[in-house]
Amino acid sequence: MPHKVIVDCSTGETTEVELTAQEIADQEAAHKAAEADRKAQEVIADAKATAKTALLDKLGITAEEATLLLS
Amino acid sequence: MATYTLISSNVLSSTAGSVTFSAIPSSYTDLEVRFSGRTNDTSWAAYCWVTLNGATTNFSETALVGNGSTASSNRDSASSSWYQVRINGNNSTASTYGNASIYIPSYTASQNKPVSITSTNEGNSSTAGQIVMTATAALWSNTAAVTSITLDATTGGTLWMSGSSFYLYGISNA
Repeated sequence: MPHKVIVDCSTGETTEVELTAQEIADQEAAHKAAEADRKAQEVIADAKATAKTALLDKLGITAEEATLLLS
Repeated sequence: MATYTLISSNVLSSTAGSVTFSAIPSSYTDLEVRFSGRTNDTSWAAYCWVTLNGATTNFSETALVGNGSTASSNRDSASSSWYQVRINGNNSTASTYGNASIYIPSYTASQNKPVSITSTNEGNSSTAGQIVMTATAALWSNTAAVTSITLDATTGGTLWMSGSSFYLYGISNA
């Protein structure tokens, strides 16, 4: 069973306590939320990359040429 | 003139699910947590969850996240923690650690707590997407004085790795 470390700032003592089943369940839920967030960001990034490629194709220029135009 | 005082620190000699600074004294003006962390998550840039006083409600954040390829702005409201804090996962270069700073001004004031968080994983990587940095404007909508800070490595199966180091500073404005 994983444990948590607690540093008591008033005494300087450090204790290690086993995580409860509820704490582990809460962490699992948080992890799933983060994974969903990470995947959503990847979807957005992929969509932007696809749109950028399509636009460059439409304009008939390369990414480097587009950068030059905007510099 | 501001003075930094190290209140407590902990360098892990073995793995741990979370690290909590408890019984934080109220004798300073501001607090800052600085830590260098690595988890066993199978990623380059793992997440860290931050909570105050053991609470699981009223955390919100606005975060800029960049990874060398894309940049995004994220808004999380009414969350159970702040989690746009990125440190090293175990796919990153061996023995490298990400680092983060959490600044909590006026932590004893009877008002909501605005907090600034910056973080980045490290890993000697030149590959876009593997290194992530964040800058976060966070808010805990609670007027209680901050008495504890917990840094959670994520899941029951994900742990802070040995060598991760955590430091809590008190800042006095005189």
